[in-house]
Amino acid sequence: MRAVLTLAHLVILEMVRRKDIYVLFVLTALLTLIAAAANIFDDTRVVRYLKEISLTLIWVSGLVLAVTSAARQIPAEREARTLFTMLAKPVSRWQFIAGKFLGCWLACGLALLVFYAFFGAVALSRERSLDLASWAQAISMHWFMLAVPVALALAGSLLWAAPSSNSTLTLVACFGIWLLGRHLHKVALGLPEPGATLLTLVYFTIPHLELFDIRDLIIHRWPPVPWVFWLGALLYAAAYAGMILTGAWLLFRRRPLN
Amino acid sequence: MPHTAIVILFLTSLALVTSLEPWFQSWQGNRAQSADLLAVLLGDARRAFANHFFIKADAYFHSGYYPSIFDNRAAFQTPHMAADAGALEEKNTGEEDDFLGPPRDWIDAFGRKFKPATHTHLDQGGAQTDASSHKEIELGESQDVREILPWLRASAALDPQKVEIYTTTAYWLRQRIGKTTEAEAFLRDGLRANPDSHEILFELGRIADEHRKDPARARNLWELALAKWQKFELQKKDPDTFSLLQIASHLALLAERESRWDECLHFLGLWKAASPKPDEIEKRITEVRQKIPAANHAKPPAPNPKP
Repeated sequence: MRAVLTLAHLVILEMVRRKDIYVLFVLTALLTLIAAAANIFDDTRVVRYLKEISLTLIWVSGLVLAVTSAARQIPAEREARTLFTMLAKPVSRWQFIAGKFLGCWLACGLALLVFYAFFGAVALSRERSLDLASWAQAISMHWFMLAVPVALALAGSLLWAAPSSNSTLTLVACFGIWLLGRHLHKVALGLPEPGATLLTLVYFTIPHLELFDIRDLIIHRWPPVPWVFWLGALLYAAAYAGMILTGAWLLFRRRPLN
Repeated sequence: MPHTAIVILFLTSLALVTSLEPWFQSWQGNRAQSADLLAVLLGDARRAFANHFFIKADAYFHSGYYPSIFDNRAAFQTPHMAADAGALEEKNTGEEDDFLGPPRDWIDAFGRKFKPATHTHLDQGGAQTDASSHKEIELGESQDVREILPWLRASAALDPQKVEIYTTTAYWLRQRIGKTTEAEAFLRDGLRANPDSHEILFELGRIADEHRKDPARARNLWELALAKWQKFELQKKDPDTFSLLQIASHLALLAERESRWDECLHFLGLWKAASPKPDEIEKRITEVRQKIPAANHAKPPAPNPKP
């Protein structure tokens, strides 16, 4: 466990040193503030469009950050030849995968804290109140959701040598699921065979990232999700991330290092 | 040899520029002629974005409980915020409370716990509506409807020719948010972009009548709206009778209020022609006709125009 934590710590330090998080945060803040400057019929209490813009940017930034950071971990270690030294001893291959995953996931969590603090400040500036339960649910569900893209990108880096192709494919898959995932079964019902069966199979196989998107509830001030379902969603994300990581480890175990 | 080729290519391109440039400047599809940055950047695609933002405003009107393109949209063909504002004739059918239908599978059922699941309107309290108490929402409590305004404003900026944006926005601004001046200014912007719009003139007339308490101005605006309607809609294969009904009914009611009985009967006739329930308007015409002798009796004798 010590090796996993040490690796995770190194990944977090590397991500803090890199500029990705800062660039994404500044971009999110800048676009939100530009939107806030718009004059909406001299009414300063209009806030929901700002919450939507801010949360959408946070979601996009979170996905980009998670995928790009995870996709470069193994190729970078291989290129710098530190992978061979690390795996010689005392770090096993599963510890390496787990450490890299934990580091990326925790770093994403830290970034989300900053992003959601900004979102809270934007909402508070106009609404004068913040539903803490909903806010906590949004950040925790978003963080657990990011475990899946991180695991996917790590597994992808074992299949595709170049981080760029891995990042692109993982991002396309994640955005596709986020935007269309919940409609696949409906579309499948209207298709002829074998398309219907294939699409239904895809629907039941993919990790449904859109389940974690509770932006509409936050933006329109609906009551929080019942905590049982919130817990169910976290377990769902953990199960998928676990499965993908296990697959990545099995793949990594058989793969020659060079 | 390479130098000769370069010179020939240069001269050819120069010759092409001299013939293509004047054509490009006079070409109607030349975006560079437009002073509008959005038109230059997006071209005709801005209309698609404008429509998206208009629908987005309606999704906000429902606090996010809104069908996607994959769902049954029969109950949402006409945006409710526009139908409630009287800006568009409602053509909705089907069940608006349950457009999702029963869950198709466990993922669908589970996913619905993380999305808005109740049909509400922002002007009736939105997500904060207490369905159990059936409490009547007061004007001050329902001002959350202001949240639709950014999308309507963006929609108007992208497609200034979409008239229903102006009339819908003006209705909610004056009726719920109490911003009559802003509503009138927005309608004037709309009228500049659509000088022949009977819908915008009608809405301006409502502001004059209901908020400015200026019936003479309202009558002038509505009569102009009626003239525009007759000029442009009668030429169409399928004229907008919903607008005629609105204009004629308001003119008839105003004339009745001011005891201008001949005018009132004329506009009631127009109202009857446009109404889906002409029998009810016929009853009203009979009532007005009964009032006329009494009104004439009460009037002082008219001065003889000839001495």
